[in-house]
Amino acid sequence: MSQMLSMTDVTVCYDNVEAVRNVSLSVDEGQIVTVIGPNGAGKTTLLMAAIGLLASRGSMVFRGSDIRKMSVEDRVERRLCLVPEKRELFSDMSVADNLLLGSYSLRDRSGVQKTLDEVYDRFPRLRERQRQAAGTLSGGERQMLALGRALMAKPALLMLDEPSLGLAPLIVREIFRTIASLRDLGVSILLVEQNARAALETADYGYVLETGEIVQSGPAKDLIHDPRLITAYLGGH
Amino acid sequence: MTSDIAAILAIDGIATGAVYALVAIGTVLIFTVTRVIFIPFGDIAAFTALTLAALDAKRFPGTGALVVALACLATLIEVISLIRNGEVRLLPRALLLYLAIPLAVVGIAWLTMRMDPPLAVRLVLALMLITPIAPLLDRIVFRPIADGTVLLLLTVSVALHFALVGLGLLFFGPEGVRTEPLTSFSTEFAGVLVSGQTMLIVLAALVFSGLLYLFFDFTLVGKSLRATAVNRTGSRLMGIRPERAGTIAYLLGSLMAGVSGILIAPVNTVFYDSGFLIGLKAFVGAIVGGMTSYPGAAIGAVGVGILESFASFQSSALKDVIVFSLLIPILIWRSLASLHSEEEIEE
Repeated sequence: MSQMLSMTDVTVCYDNVEAVRNVSLSVDEGQIVTVIGPNGAGKTTLLMAAIGLLASRGSMVFRGSDIRKMSVEDRVERRLCLVPEKRELFSDMSVADNLLLGSYSLRDRSGVQKTLDEVYDRFPRLRERQRQAAGTLSGGERQMLALGRALMAKPALLMLDEPSLGLAPLIVREIFRTIASLRDLGVSILLVEQNARAALETADYGYVLETGEIVQSGPAKDLIHDPRLITAYLGGH
Repeated sequence: MTSDIAAILAIDGIATGAVYALVAIGTVLIFTVTRVIFIPFGDIAAFTALTLAALDAKRFPGTGALVVALACLATLIEVISLIRNGEVRLLPRALLLYLAIPLAVVGIAWLTMRMDPPLAVRLVLALMLITPIAPLLDRIVFRPIADGTVLLLLTVSVALHFALVGLGLLFFGPEGVRTEPLTSFSTEFAGVLVSGQTMLIVLAALVFSGLLYLFFDFTLVGKSLRATAVNRTGSRLMGIRPERAGTIAYLLGSLMAGVSGILIAPVNTVFYDSGFLIGLKAFVGAIVGGMTSYPGAAIGAVGVGILESFASFQSSALKDVIVFSLLIPILIWRSLASLHSEEEIEE
């Protein structure tokens, strides 16, 4: 299995404060990797650095190319995509336009309609609301749109920042089912989540980030039974 | 005031407002995509009129030299920036966009002018010479401070306007110009004589607004510009480059300002510094639309034109005072209507 993303000793600073320190992690092709940790641990910062919205030190290799100094747009063109915590939808624009813009980075436009149909098949609710403005959607629909829009770019690696945040439990289950099913499309996933149990149940491998540093890692099925993690993050005793 | 005079003033106001509308739409376009309130848009409109007048007089306009100088400077800045960022592979593209194309435009204009071209070709030449100025200024002046505050960008924009006015005096001299009418046709409408030029102005405003609507609603590039305006971070995550969106916005905006300059030149005497008032009145119109709505800006600009027309009839000396006083109630209304704006900024 070839390596999709490899981060080595990545450090991200806000002014002089190191929000992420010497983090090393990797995502293999077709793998779902999760980063769990408490609020403020640096999970979002790590993803922002991975997509290029924040500057970082260390090494960042995506599909064999050094991407650390690349612009966000260059990374997206290489099919590295992020669904951010705030979704960043184009709220005044229709659902269909949001999805179409997801495919903006694709040079070959011949398959766009087919991908759009696939996204609509995956999220029938979006097809029903395709003419509606994105800003008028419910929380769950907005998350579906954010996911669908990212899929329009045919990502090789999809990074998801807190996809379950603020959603009802039923919707959360649906979103995680969708994430698991993306593996069948050959999409690798780097999932950052506070809902540690759902994340570890979905992922193949997991990292635990605390105060900007990786403190533990291993196969997700092992981490989910780890006593320390059960006490700290999984709500167990 | 009789109804006949009111009708004449209304038609005159609509025509002037239509010119302001083109500039106002360009102003909104640039602001939403780049956050720059581009004060020199009026100067672009005035320079187009002066460029056309120079071409009519069989003189090659100073605008050509301005484009060459800006192209060289923009290329230098872009090349240094690419080398610094280790993006040497992008050098040929930069040389093509910032040097070859602008120089080719000036070269074509210079060669065509020697053949004593007809008016239609001179109009195209004037627009060709004007259109690269704003995108090149964007590369030189605004892109290095793209992340600055709106106030900083506005301050630089005002400074740029004064620099352009100085250059306008240098290139075109202090004399005003009035170009030949684009049409001698005229007709009577509701008992009032309406000139073909007035009809052309209104028609051009409608056609360009329509084209812009089609561009924004039916093309991927147009939608990418809207997306950049709505959510800059979101658009970057889709691979839309804000600087490219900015360049397209400046090109389109310049074209619209250029067209308004061509339309206004036969009806108003245009001086090197006439652009400021055109830009400022268009800006008042754009504020009516909250600096974000194209129809709002167009309606606001036509309103400004009509008000100006009636104000100049009542008191010619106070017409500008009356028009700019309009800003006060508009700003109060807009600030009351958008009490949630602080919340939006936080987001």
